[in-house]
Amino acid sequence: MEKVGAVLIVGAGIGGSQAALDLAESGYKAYLIESTTSIGGVMAQLDKTFPTNDCAICIVSPKLVEAGRHPNIDIKINAVIDSFSGEPGNFTANITEKTLYIDMEKCTGCGVCGQECPVEAIDVFNEGLSLKGATSVKYPQAVPLVFAIDRDYCIGCGICKGVCKAKAIDYDLEDKKSELKVGAVILSLGFDEFEPNNMKHYGYGIYDNVVTSIQFERILSASGPFSGKVLRPSDGSTPSKVAFLHCVGSRDPKFGQEYCSSVCCMYTCKEAVIAKEHMEGLEPTIFSMDIRAYGKDFDKYIERAQNEYGVRYIRSRISSITEIPETKDLKLSYEDEKGRVIQEIYNMVILGVGLNPPKDAKYIAEKFGVELNEYGFINAKPLSPVETSRPGVFVCGACSSPKDIPETVIEASGAAGKVNEILSPVRDTLVTKKEYPNEIDISGKEPRVGVFVCHCGINIGGYVDVPEVMKYARTLPNVVLADMNLYTCSADTQTLIKDKIKEFNINRVIVASCTPRTHEPLFQETIREAGLNRFLFQMTNIRDQCSWVHMHQPEEATEKAKDLVRMAVAKSRINEALETFELKVTPIALIIGGGVAGMTAALNFANQGFQAYIIEKEKQLGGFALKIYETLEGDNIQEFIQDLIKKVNSEEKIQVFLEANIEVIDGYVGNFISTVNYGPNKTSTQLDHGVVLVATGGNEYKPKEYLYGEVPNIITQQELEEKLFTSSEIQKKKSIVMIQCVGSRNDEHPYCSRTCCAEAIKNALNIKKKNPEAEVVILFRDIRTYGFKEKYYRKARENGVLFIRFDKEKPPQISKENENLKVSIESQKMGKITLNSDLIVLSSGIVAPAEGNEVLAKMVKVPLNEDKFFLEAHVKLRPVDFATEGIFLCGTAHGPATISESIAQANSAVSRATTILSKETLLIGGAVSVVDKDICTGCKICVRICPFNAIVKDEEGYAYVQEALCKGCGLCSASCPEKAITTKHFTNEQILSEIYALGGKEVI
Amino acid sequence: MSYEPTILGFLCNWCSYAGADLAGVSRLQYPPNIRVIRVMCSGRVDPKFVFEALKIGIDGIIVMGCHPGDCHYLEGNYEAEKKFNMLKKFLTFINLDNRIRLEWVSASEGMRFAEIVSEFTNSIKELGPSPLKEDKDLLDKLEAIEMAADSYRIRALVGRERTIIESENVYGEKVPQDKFDNIFNTAIYDEYMRCRILLSLKKNSKSVKVLASELEIDPSEVLEHILILKGSNSITMGEIEGITPIYEYTMEG
Repeated sequence: MEKVGAVLIVGAGIGGSQAALDLAESGYKAYLIESTTSIGGVMAQLDKTFPTNDCAICIVSPKLVEAGRHPNIDIKINAVIDSFSGEPGNFTANITEKTLYIDMEKCTGCGVCGQECPVEAIDVFNEGLSLKGATSVKYPQAVPLVFAIDRDYCIGCGICKGVCKAKAIDYDLEDKKSELKVGAVILSLGFDEFEPNNMKHYGYGIYDNVVTSIQFERILSASGPFSGKVLRPSDGSTPSKVAFLHCVGSRDPKFGQEYCSSVCCMYTCKEAVIAKEHMEGLEPTIFSMDIRAYGKDFDKYIERAQNEYGVRYIRSRISSITEIPETKDLKLSYEDEKGRVIQEIYNMVILGVGLNPPKDAKYIAEKFGVELNEYGFINAKPLSPVETSRPGVFVCGACSSPKDIPETVIEASGAAGKVNEILSPVRDTLVTKKEYPNEIDISGKEPRVGVFVCHCGINIGGYVDVPEVMKYARTLPNVVLADMNLYTCSADTQTLIKDKIKEFNINRVIVASCTPRTHEPLFQETIREAGLNRFLFQMTNIRDQCSWVHMHQPEEATEKAKDLVRMAVAKSRINEALETFELKVTPIALIIGGGVAGMTAALNFANQGFQAYIIEKEKQLGGFALKIYETLEGDNIQEFIQDLIKKVNSEEKIQVFLEANIEVIDGYVGNFISTVNYGPNKTSTQLDHGVVLVATGGNEYKPKEYLYGEVPNIITQQELEEKLFTSSEIQKKKSIVMIQCVGSRNDEHPYCSRTCCAEAIKNALNIKKKNPEAEVVILFRDIRTYGFKEKYYRKARENGVLFIRFDKEKPPQISKENENLKVSIESQKMGKITLNSDLIVLSSGIVAPAEGNEVLAKMVKVPLNEDKFFLEAHVKLRPVDFATEGIFLCGTAHGPATISESIAQANSAVSRATTILSKETLLIGGAVSVVDKDICTGCKICVRICPFNAIVKDEEGYAYVQEALCKGCGLCSASCPEKAITTKHFTNEQILSEIYALGGKEVI
Repeated sequence: MSYEPTILGFLCNWCSYAGADLAGVSRLQYPPNIRVIRVMCSGRVDPKFVFEALKIGIDGIIVMGCHPGDCHYLEGNYEAEKKFNMLKKFLTFINLDNRIRLEWVSASEGMRFAEIVSEFTNSIKELGPSPLKEDKDLLDKLEAIEMAADSYRIRALVGRERTIIESENVYGEKVPQDKFDNIFNTAIYDEYMRCRILLSLKKNSKSVKVLASELEIDPSEVLEHILILKGSNSITMGEIEGITPIYEYTMEG
């Protein structure tokens, strides 16, 4: 059956949106199906994100806007899946878009209907903490920005239809059914938070001041119900003592789920920090079992929270909460580590609720014929982390297991990467390529400016005297037409603008309406369709930043609108048509590192038909995984890695260079040239390629502590694993003591190595399996078996493995008497104890190959973090990209990762790279910077300041902007001591013209 | 008559402009005095923009960018901060430093945006109209400041500051902030005085003594500046009146 070059993506949170963007940029049509009325999911609800405290909406909003207007992405909101059938490459899905009673095509998102709606109803987005009308948009920055009538609350008064000047409201609108033909599916359903309704001992739903963490997230949000102030729901007072409870509904088979929800340790810490930032006097206390800060730079965050913000951690699970009726304060009882029962009073309690499988997982699984796992999540196996049980149906994000934002984004691109493998033959078959008329040459022509002033229904016209502004615009120099429109963004106005451009021979267009952040691309498209260069468009914001914020001062607002129009005219007159160029792309990938990540990536490229080079420094492929025998879940890694090596070696499109190092990487995105030395004789060769993947992996830490290397029966976990699988030596051991965090979470290596807890438990279980009589004791600081790994922690305890916790300051002491080893440890619970042992196993961490990474980082000009792992472009939303275009990273090069995570990252990096390799040419130029060589002195200030490494020196020593890398931020031109750099579309002259127009009250 | 100041705002596209939009969507009301110029990054704001705005009588100027760490261009807001610090230092010489402001506003901080604009507008109202509209002498000083800030020396120091303090200089060292500040403050002061001397001589030739009284500084200090300006061929020694040499402005060196 013929393949279809389209993909169905179910769920439009950050995962679904990322997958859609990747696929749309790689030549596929993407249908993005969302059950609510806007995209963005949970992330759009968050205030800040850990561990950088980035503003969530700041970083996610541009991505959502991009998805919303991408020509290859078709967003279907308020939609459900009715049926699904077919085979990989050719599926059919039937969907229903439930009516909004508002015509999406006509709704401008102005919001008058919501304001006039007399019914106060619950607002889903603010988590029940504020009221909004029955006609509402999910949140102010929603994409798509359309309103919807909630039939459950609507009383049918008909007021909204009367006030809607765009005539978008239609109470007779019916549900819309459609059939979609797609080649593959990505399920990105997200999660539902655990609802602690059955936990009477915590009083949720009974006591006003017990809220969930997601409700607290909205309380903290600057755009939330309390504008970011921390207030108690009971009386609106500001709390001082606030308690956060971990593991509410997680690691708790009695009331919730058996597994660990992975993200709560970090988000509660973040909430405590942000709350403290918002309210100086707040005293946050976090009650936790283990602190699972296993991600990149997470431990540092927890430490900062404790040391800088005074967040108090208490290791205990709260047994009960009672309310003090007079004050609505809450009394918490808990048992401390020494077993004493303690009671404390708090003003407010936040329940760190876990992640449940999405409520519709079962329905979706049935419709798509995919398996669920024992917990109700969509089943994905460790060695195929983004694949479901049904070929052609992929999965990403929290609907397959609890995970945080970067892991979700990694899997989203990873799933897109796998889609590429099966649909690459039909790439570019269903995307629309728009044909435009030739651009009109305006060089040397007198500016002829057309100004369109928008009423925006009554949103502008109700406060600003629009006719007056229009008349004023007509008096400004070079303005040949000033017009006004009810809605300048409506489809008929676009036709009108195009007609007027022709009729009046207009060569500069201004729209005075709302915000360019959402509407500039629409108008740029319109003038381009009329034959004008996109950069001849200028927008000015007389709604969001004028009429809406000066509603009680109509005269002043009108004056302001006139000033803004005058400033826009001044700039518009000297706006220039900017050229874009096509740059040819070499469709070949260079992969540095031949471990699991590197090989997985190479095979994916090859399966898509792209050539790939693998540069491996050792004599053989395989990397770290060669020393691993099994995963915690029982997958055979030796078989897996040998199979992978075989596939790579037999793939014609992959060329492997062993004992190889890179001498130079020159060029930039799409066009790199590298010199590689390889083999025993260091043969030198030059390779052309379009992208670089950094997959350099990590090493096991060689312990300097605990008598390692001095005594034969003190070994590392890796050595233990080898012995377990290759000899019977371990079966004779009677008493095995494992020590965690060796070379991790200390002063030298302040990070968590992520994998060692699971390694220790895996090996402990194996020992117990082979010799149930053996005593196994694990000495730990926190057991970090995140996600479903928790099951094995539980199993280990059930099988008699003993776990004893120690503090960082009081590590275990090892002494040797004759042939006997003694380990002494100070436990909070049991006091000082001494264990006799005939085998000590050190869980040594993962370290970055610091020297190699440093050399490579300098060569490709990308940063490392303090621990010498590579630093991605953005911790949350660009986890496998570098800031420099065309260079990506995956696997342990990014930080400690499991094999499963490395595989996901490898496919993810391939997907990101495919957005470049799949294009014959890249469009460059436009609003970029350019250096005037006659003025440049070669001081290199711009070279150092450019965050994207876009500026280099040419042969003569002058600065030169590589347009393919320039993002047009303008840092260089603002910093150049000789003012030799011009940032196009935001030139000094253009910005100064706006300033002069404001001050001089006339256009200069 | 109550005075209504004109406020100019430079807002970065990604955070602050979005925050201002959110204030609008939320219908938060603030004084209508501000006029906004959208730039892609707060780091795009060339110090020249601020001087030019002051010169044409804008009463207050506010630059807003993403919170530290949030910059869409990774580090643009840090560069904005360096430029702003320089502006602040220069404007302190003529007591206009309280007419400029740098603030971080995120896309979710509509409320914060409205509050900052209200507060800044009120503070400018209290200061009264910009004295530059009337005071010719002050305008001359601002002219000298703009010239100094535009000089290669000052722009080069500001442009290099983060590199040599936060990453490393050519010797692989990090320059201590206080050491840099000492050098930088001296440079700012010296360039300001030299530009004032230049602009003064451009009007008419003068002696060291006359310059000293005009600049209200010690003649020996004027002489030091004169020697340096002479070295760069910006001025020459003209006729000698009695025992007093008169210095003349030449074409820009």
